[in-house]
Amino acid sequence: MAFPLTDGTETAARPNWLTAAKNRLQQLLAFASLIVIFTFFALANSAFPTYSNVINILFSTVVIGTLALGTTFVIITGGIDLSIGTGMALCAVMSGVFIVDAGLPVALGVPAAVLFGGLIGLVNGVNVAVLKLPPFIATLAMMLVAQGLALVISKSTPIYFSDHPGYTKISTGELIPALNIPNAVVVLLAAAVLAGFLLSRTLLGRYTYSIGSNEAATALSGINVRRWKVVVYTLAGLFTGLAGVLISARLGSAQPATGMGYELQAIAAVVIGGTSLAGGKGSIIGTMIGALIISVLNNGLQIMSIPQEWQNVILGLVILVAVYADMVRKKET
Amino acid sequence: MSNHLLEVAGVHKAFPGVRALSDMHLTLRAGEVLALVGENGAGKSTLMKLLSGGYRPDAGSFRLNGEPFVPQNPRHALHAGISIIHQEFNLMPHLTVAQNIFIGREPRRGPLLSERELNRRAADLVARLGLPLDIRAVVGGLTVASQQMVEIAKALSYDARVFIMDEPTAALNDAEVATLHGLIRRFVRPDTGVIYISHRLDELKAISDRITVIRDGRYVDTLATAATTTREIITLMVGRALTSDARPVDVRPGREVVLDVRGLSTGPLLRDVSFTLGKGEILGFAGLMGAGRTEVARAIVGADRTTGGTIRLHGRPVRIHNPAEAARLGIGYLSEDRKHLGLLLEHDVSDNVALSSLRERFTRWGLVDRPATRRTATDLVRRLAVRTPSVRQPTKYLSGGNQQKVVIAKWLVKDCDVLIVDEPTRGIDVGAKEEIYALLNDLARQGKSIIMISSELPEVLRMSHRIAVMTEGRVSGILAAGDASQESVMHLATLRPNENPADAAELGLPDPRRPDAAPDRGPTEPKAV
Repeated sequence: MAFPLTDGTETAARPNWLTAAKNRLQQLLAFASLIVIFTFFALANSAFPTYSNVINILFSTVVIGTLALGTTFVIITGGIDLSIGTGMALCAVMSGVFIVDAGLPVALGVPAAVLFGGLIGLVNGVNVAVLKLPPFIATLAMMLVAQGLALVISKSTPIYFSDHPGYTKISTGELIPALNIPNAVVVLLAAAVLAGFLLSRTLLGRYTYSIGSNEAATALSGINVRRWKVVVYTLAGLFTGLAGVLISARLGSAQPATGMGYELQAIAAVVIGGTSLAGGKGSIIGTMIGALIISVLNNGLQIMSIPQEWQNVILGLVILVAVYADMVRKKET
Repeated sequence: MSNHLLEVAGVHKAFPGVRALSDMHLTLRAGEVLALVGENGAGKSTLMKLLSGGYRPDAGSFRLNGEPFVPQNPRHALHAGISIIHQEFNLMPHLTVAQNIFIGREPRRGPLLSERELNRRAADLVARLGLPLDIRAVVGGLTVASQQMVEIAKALSYDARVFIMDEPTAALNDAEVATLHGLIRRFVRPDTGVIYISHRLDELKAISDRITVIRDGRYVDTLATAATTTREIITLMVGRALTSDARPVDVRPGREVVLDVRGLSTGPLLRDVSFTLGKGEILGFAGLMGAGRTEVARAIVGADRTTGGTIRLHGRPVRIHNPAEAARLGIGYLSEDRKHLGLLLEHDVSDNVALSSLRERFTRWGLVDRPATRRTATDLVRRLAVRTPSVRQPTKYLSGGNQQKVVIAKWLVKDCDVLIVDEPTRGIDVGAKEEIYALLNDLARQGKSIIMISSELPEVLRMSHRIAVMTEGRVSGILAAGDASQESVMHLATLRPNENPADAAELGLPDPRRPDAAPDRGPTEPKAV
């Protein structure tokens, strides 16, 4: 009996540029909605589309954006990291301890604070990958630990960097004088390029997708899933540390009681950017667009004098619409 | 012995409460295909896990090429030359074919991945194996058969000397099976060997050189395939003789019509599907993969949206919007995908049995009456001969056949009088299949009406009072048990009315080449043969 093989080859024969175009389309759509929102505010208020306000928007994207970079890796593996918000506050405090209290030069204190973030991430990674705690629980616990430690170490008082003008320059200085772009924005851009590179061009990135797509299969393919998960959480911790430096440099002080809530904003940015909470799928460019959508909304609504409470309501609705639209689009293709 | 590629000697493995393997033996010679058969729960999966380093044996030894071999982990086994294709695919659905094949061995330039080199190697490999795969396609979008090819390409890319395939053909049609067997024959060289695990005994005859039978975790016998009959193998497997020439029972015309489906259509696939189902009748649905059999079931129970057609239940027209409504009307659908859609694997037998009827039967004053669920479950476990230590056992620990019985029990409790069973014996061993058949016959005798969708033609032929054959989303014919044969069913299943004018004419459909021809509007009675 001769049976045609049609079932097996139909999809396989589909030209791959079509799939590629579809993936592009998704990013294009996120980008298009960013443009639409931007245009809407520009038409609604003439104070919105000015150069200085655009710089403002970028500046306000820095902290959420940096946190969201690491979170993108974690979420693509199918995990979650709730500790990045208070972890960031703890890293800011540690930066204060290193530079203000211990008197380390800025050039040493900053890497030390970033590495401290990596340490937080390492502990998260070990808890998740080796002790097999659910990521939600492990990082929820770390969220509380970090918040508590930040308050204990700082004795619940802010640490001021007033005597270290070089430190605040990290965020507020302007490397290129003519453009009026704060350094923090440049740092975010560089961090995003690095993260995008790691995710798309290195083994770490490939295994990040692979673990999120099918963890058991990845392990059976001879990949040390445990180790790579530890690396992913550690990486998220490093970005947390960087965010801690950027926020404290911007404020001129380490505020131990802050941080809570930033993790959810970062997760929102990642999700709006098209990364699936189920794992296996996502991109850095999407995350950056997601973070920008959030700050454009916050900024625009502020300029239109819409109260903070309503800004949250609108942001919540945007998340619902963004994720639902993504699901509908996927069902259609 | 130098030509012994792999030897398993005296291997024991026990889990809490279960002795999975005791004194297991197996010898794979170089250059042969060794079939490994045994009922579900006989210990095949445990043996595979041991060989891949997933478990450690409690006692016994492995030898690879005559050297002692203790697999530490999957990676170790792979690099020692043992490649295993597991029953459940181990692919990353979000990655491309090439990325899946070389996962863990990505070509790099410095610290960077070299995607071009990766795709080049994958293209080479796929071309060498003669597989029709687009290496840049995302695996999640491929059909089951194509995904299997990716698995095979991946396994063969490791320069394996021992290639183990666990139920490789469970989801393939005959042409795909033939392609697979071609690949296996090409793989077998004087210094390599294949262990082929399957329930399809006719396949073992076609592909294997020797057959090792195991039962209840023990080695039973090894036979030369050429000198062995299927009946002998089955007898060794189950430890008893089986009646293999069974025919449908209780076949008679003039049954009261319970379900009357007219002109059922769905957007993507189904075209004008019409049939009736009588009280106490078993109606088989045959057809090749993708013909639309499962889609008919899903359309009837309201899982997929229909674009046309009417359904009458006991003579009354009904509109069914979702499976819950179908269940209320007494139509139960038992999915082909037991593990995902049929069972709560973490929950015990009684929870699963009671699940669909909690509200109607097992609540008192708003609270779940657990003693009542256990009583009912205990009763059904006895009636259906479910092999489980107790009704408190989580269903994930039951074998495939016993899981299927639990799903059937669930719908019996629900008191459904129409049962749609989709691939009721997929992944179930021969002995347990017989029990499922007996159970379905029993249910029909008690007046339940059964639609049985199956890819196994012998199964359809031995069970069905009538057989509806589908092709390209249409019912191409309904055969009475007396007229049905492998040949007549296959003829109807291979008609291609959408491409071939002669086939279209045979089914009374317009010529597919004429674009102006009205495409199959208005209900046409399926051709009786």
